[in-house]
Amino acid sequence: MGLRTERAQKGAKKIAPAIKPKKRLWKQIIKRYDLYLMLILPLAWYIIFQYGPMYGLQIAFKDYLPLNGFWGSRWVGFEYFHRFFSSYYFWRLIKNTVLIKLISLIFAFPIPILLALLVNEIKNNRYKKFLQNVTYIPHFISVVVIVGMLNLFLDPESGLINIILEHIGIHPVAFMEKASWFKPLFISSNIWTNMGWQSIIYIAALSGIDPQLYEAARVDGASRLRRIWHISIPGILPTIIILLILDIGHFMDIGFEKILLMQNDLNMASSDVIATFNYRTGILNGEYSYTTAIGLFDAIINFALLILINQIARKKTSTSLW
Amino acid sequence: MNLAKRKSVAEDRVFNIVIYTIAAVLIIIVLYPLIFVLSASFSDPNQIINGGLWLLPKGFTLDAYTKVFHDADIWNSYKNTVLYTTVGTIINIILTTLIAYPLSRRDLPGRNLFMIIITFTMFFQGGIIPTYLIVQNLGMVNTFWAMVIPNAIATYNVIVMRTFFQTSIPWELQEAAQIDGCTNFKLFLKVILPLSKPIIAVMVLFYAVGHWNSFFDALIYLQDDTLYPLQLVLREILIQNQAAYLDELGSFGMADQALLAESMKYAIIIIASLPVLILYPFIQRHFVKGVMIGSIKG
Repeated sequence: MGLRTERAQKGAKKIAPAIKPKKRLWKQIIKRYDLYLMLILPLAWYIIFQYGPMYGLQIAFKDYLPLNGFWGSRWVGFEYFHRFFSSYYFWRLIKNTVLIKLISLIFAFPIPILLALLVNEIKNNRYKKFLQNVTYIPHFISVVVIVGMLNLFLDPESGLINIILEHIGIHPVAFMEKASWFKPLFISSNIWTNMGWQSIIYIAALSGIDPQLYEAARVDGASRLRRIWHISIPGILPTIIILLILDIGHFMDIGFEKILLMQNDLNMASSDVIATFNYRTGILNGEYSYTTAIGLFDAIINFALLILINQIARKKTSTSLW
Repeated sequence: MNLAKRKSVAEDRVFNIVIYTIAAVLIIIVLYPLIFVLSASFSDPNQIINGGLWLLPKGFTLDAYTKVFHDADIWNSYKNTVLYTTVGTIINIILTTLIAYPLSRRDLPGRNLFMIIITFTMFFQGGIIPTYLIVQNLGMVNTFWAMVIPNAIATYNVIVMRTFFQTSIPWELQEAAQIDGCTNFKLFLKVILPLSKPIIAVMVLFYAVGHWNSFFDALIYLQDDTLYPLQLVLREILIQNQAAYLDELGSFGMADQALLAESMKYAIIIIASLPVLILYPFIQRHFVKGVMIGSIKG
């Protein structure tokens, strides 16, 4: 009995630092005061520029007047939400936002995966590096320049594409001014810009697969396509799922800066999305409360989708963000 | 058996041909527009418009560049962009390092709480309008500060850097320094920072390219066009076709003006993208490293 308590005491002593009684914790904190000092400036930034705007979200339910500030403005409840839901533009904005995202998920999301699988199959190292380095380049070109290039290439009179069309006897098309062309152009130019860069993560994941698996499959007579299907893809599936969750979690975040640049009066019917509407009504027209309400609606949908998709992924695949 | 082997060799060859062809097509799709822009910037605008230009410059001329170099607005905005990029990146690096290091310390009480506070902002944000109002209340609208303070920290980069500190600097080294009586701050300055050059290089590149290419903050926060960064001026010229700069082409006839304006656009694209693209071969390795570190935690 005596021995047991002694042993228990010894055990307790060993665990003690992990449990950290109050006094110990204070001592630990004081000893690291300089680390906390380092955190002051960045945390102040987070409080002002990240949590400040979140505090400011209350004006979605208020009639914001700059003089009264966030807190002092009058409450109006859900007035702005009702106004948005019954707005003439509501369905158009929702339709465009959701469609652009869905089309991107279907067409743009798989491309970097396919590119990574392709890179992984190239045995000639120099060719492989060249392909990678070339496909990364567009990532470093600014959105303004990319949309500028689209304008130049697709110009109905002097653009290369229309010159080619004319050569083969097709009438020039004012692509940038056609609502029907907006989504295909937006998404295909996104693919051009991002496929290489986004493939990096998949390439890294592929390089982590045990080469013996491929060797064993080869000995068993599996063709290269079969090896891709049964080894490569399952090997990077967790990475694919994580990126898919993140992508869907930013569901409404569809590259609004580029949409804004590609937008004009003529393609508005298919290019106007929640974020561009917000920019016009909020920043340009100064309807702060109304657009904050719309922004909040947007952010909540995103957040809910993230949690939902993460939950589903955790249940079905045991891979998840948290 | 021999037959099976031969079959698999033939299969392999077909597979390789298909793969190398797809890769070649991809390389052409990515490179062709870039080469075309480069060639067009050195070409006679008549050739561009009439479709005489396919790959290499036709009717070589430097007119477009001469004109762009004489444009005061473009130069001023170029200067602004260099300034925003330099100052902005310095602020970025200081703040990101200051937060990433303490949060990488496994012996820091409360670090999980801090991590939750900062990662939450990756998934939920106040949005454009409330952020704009905060910046406005701070009196930063239409000042230099609006270009470098509201975007002073990118949470993703904090996480990348923290992961680097956790995985690439041995914990035993830090413990040993502490036992020797080194204070945390001294440890940070004398031991951690010198060991962190690779990640700091990655961060400088991530942030600097971001500043160089960004236009949206400038669009909402700046009204005064003497403060405009390059990307905003580019937007006016390339996308909105604002021809203010055409006035300076007085010595040419109307038709020539319109023509030269066309090839100037290509030259402007080259001048705006050049700094990043020249650095590209040297930096892409680092960028890739940054993405990899980020994906470990991912």
